[in-house]
Amino acid sequence: MFSPFITQASSVRAIMFKVLLALVPGIALYIWHFGPAILVSITLASLTALATEAAMLKLRRRPIFPFLSDNSALLTAWLLALSIPPLAPWWLIVVGTMFAISISKHLYGGLGNNPFNPAMVGYAVLIISFPSYMTHWSSPRWLDQLHLTFVEQLQFIFAGQLPSNVTMDALSMATPLDNLKTQLHVGHPLSDILNMPIYSQLAGHGSEMVAIGFVLGGLYLLSNRIISWHLPTSFLVTLFITAGAFHLYDPTHYVEPLFHWFSGAAMLGAFFILTDPVTSPTTTRGKLIFAAGAGFLTYVIRVFGGFPDGVAFATLLMNICVPLIDIYTQPKVFGKKDSK
Amino acid sequence: MRTLYHFNGGVHPPSHKAESTSMPIAQAGLPSRLIVPLHQHAGNTAKPTVKVGDRVLKGQLFGMPEGSVSSAVHAPTSGTVSAIDMQIVAHPSGLPDLCVTLIPDGLDEWSPRNHTNYLTTPPEELRMMLRLSGLVGLGGAVFPSDLKLRPGKHKIKTLVLNGAECEPYITCDDMLMRERADEIILGTEMMRFMLDADEVLIGIEDNKPEAIAAMQKAVVSHSFNAMEVISVPTIYPGGGAKQLIRVLTGIEVAAGVRSVDLGVQCFNVATAYSAHRAIEHGEPLISRIVTVTGNVSHPQNFEVLIGTPVHELIALAGAKSDTNGHIMGGPMMGVALPSDQVAVTKATNCIIESSLKLFPSPLPELPCIRCTRCVEVCPAELQPQDLYWFAKAKNFGKAQEFNLFDCIECGACSYICPSNIPLVQYYRFAKSEIWANERGKESSNLARERHEFHLARIERDKREKAEKLAQKEKLARAAKAAAGNAETDPIESLRAQVREIAHPEAEHSKE
Repeated sequence: MFSPFITQASSVRAIMFKVLLALVPGIALYIWHFGPAILVSITLASLTALATEAAMLKLRRRPIFPFLSDNSALLTAWLLALSIPPLAPWWLIVVGTMFAISISKHLYGGLGNNPFNPAMVGYAVLIISFPSYMTHWSSPRWLDQLHLTFVEQLQFIFAGQLPSNVTMDALSMATPLDNLKTQLHVGHPLSDILNMPIYSQLAGHGSEMVAIGFVLGGLYLLSNRIISWHLPTSFLVTLFITAGAFHLYDPTHYVEPLFHWFSGAAMLGAFFILTDPVTSPTTTRGKLIFAAGAGFLTYVIRVFGGFPDGVAFATLLMNICVPLIDIYTQPKVFGKKDSK
Repeated sequence: MRTLYHFNGGVHPPSHKAESTSMPIAQAGLPSRLIVPLHQHAGNTAKPTVKVGDRVLKGQLFGMPEGSVSSAVHAPTSGTVSAIDMQIVAHPSGLPDLCVTLIPDGLDEWSPRNHTNYLTTPPEELRMMLRLSGLVGLGGAVFPSDLKLRPGKHKIKTLVLNGAECEPYITCDDMLMRERADEIILGTEMMRFMLDADEVLIGIEDNKPEAIAAMQKAVVSHSFNAMEVISVPTIYPGGGAKQLIRVLTGIEVAAGVRSVDLGVQCFNVATAYSAHRAIEHGEPLISRIVTVTGNVSHPQNFEVLIGTPVHELIALAGAKSDTNGHIMGGPMMGVALPSDQVAVTKATNCIIESSLKLFPSPLPELPCIRCTRCVEVCPAELQPQDLYWFAKAKNFGKAQEFNLFDCIECGACSYICPSNIPLVQYYRFAKSEIWANERGKESSNLARERHEFHLARIERDKREKAEKLAQKEKLARAAKAAAGNAETDPIESLRAQVREIAHPEAEHSKE
């Protein structure tokens, strides 16, 4: 026995559980606006994540229970499920989750050792391998459009069957962010585009409310000191400044910064993805630099890149830089701050 | 209101202090035998001055300080020396050390004691007196106090008196301040006199209102100039010398820097109390206050003779049967005693009887998730997760580069870690490996030097032999040439030769 003989009752499991809990308001609003299909993908992802985690632990000859119960695999599963369209064949989320857990987590050494955010790696694999499935998003249920019943959704997810005379294109739409880029590309003026029914006060109808749900969860995490303010603040401020600068330069072509805050995965990224402790820097200055880089890259990829959103690739690109950022941002220690 | 400064981090473990403060300090009395280690202080072991069979008086020297960093050890009561041998001491290694065993005669007969008026005594003499009284820092570091009472390169501005006592369970300083504040204040004034310090700041954590009130009353009644009792926030490790100095003065004493060189010195309240006993009453350091708490029926503070076996002390507080170990010190930085047969030393501020209920077995260790809660609580402002990584990978160079040796081993990081990683253990391991390496390097350097010197000596001997032969022949020729000339003294010339031969060797050994 060695000192300290006492420890505070905190655990990885409890931390991860609180992060899962913080996702609940966003998921609830997601269901409210887009229907219950997201619960199917979250369930599929969770089961796949736990099974893959257990299999990998067994292959790696690690104790299964302590790691399986740490909630980290579940968190990866939920984040990935929230990043892809819920109305998609069942194997899409299963393949993405299996890749995230086995390749990008366990092959690098498991919990605590993965350099890249596993959920974002899963997302990147899916969007590169199956781009067509990744752009079919459901529309909010009060938009005047065709909607499936929950049973019909299940039939599509598990059997690939749509009701007769219904095509996928009629059911789905591009995300507000993706739609904006496409419409601008074909030459429509910004003011006309934003008058389209899928847009609302801040950004997209429904999706902006989900983003607000993630903000609420993020504030819960901040108040519980699960995450530090540096990452979300630096990310959102940089995204705002970058978007604001372009907007001021040409307001007819570049949408205002609040749109970027409340569309796509900006809020999910700010409070739940960038804040993954394993794949973000440990120093205070490092966190600010890392998140600022991610904010800037998110904007650049969204506006000038070919993908519907930029958060995932911005996160992965900045993940690469973490060891370097950590080394160059080491703070001075107690008593050595003024030493020359 | 004085402005207080802030140090990074810290934790708030449950204090568990109320248990042992409901009763006044009790006298532990005479045990059946006393086992007094000759090495209870930082530095060299004291040199024994008694033999087996000697009758000694209370306060008589057991051991003289040896070398500059050392201290004296004394007989805690009168009696007969029954053994001077190696015994297991209060150290987690369980390794034996040289101890004097004394069988008390029950008379508790003092050796002559002298009162000294410190104001008319030169500070140098007072320091020598404290050295011979065996006064060492009673906060736990047991560094000889006389050495810390030497003014440094610069004028000492502030003398900090440490009554913070931030570790959970420990209340010996709290009770001493409540009951004997006058003597602490008088001892502090003596220390200020020796250091010629401008001001005295007495820092006490705000969870000890009784002690603060008692100390304030004592300061007012003695009306010493520029002496102030300051209530500091309760936070662990706010009672670390570096942390308390920071809070009270804003000065940060870096690792490897002496605080006197920054114009500040810090002593524990119990050290000030014992300094007063030594100078005013001529009593060497033969007893101290020890908190006995944890899994006992009557947790309490005792005034204990140094050398009292721990099991006899625990019996006074009511030992319980489900006790599974004995911790010396607090739960954050204390050490597990190898046995309850070891004796109380000058460093023993607290004995915590442990049980599975009080201190459950640690949970299994999980990988580090880089959550940086350890960074948030580290008072040394280190990156504990990086140090852990380097220590685990045995990348000791990198660990040193990341300021491993600035770690004060307070344990805040281990306490907070959600992955239950015993971080401090990794740092202790890395430090000891580095020290072992350095020692290895030193000894291999020494061996190489010896070998080179050996080769050089062989070479030199050869050369000298040849020279001697040449010299002999030359002398013989000269003698032949100047036969009958008595001016050269052959003995003197031989001496000169010897001097010349001896000279290079003498030069070398100086290096």
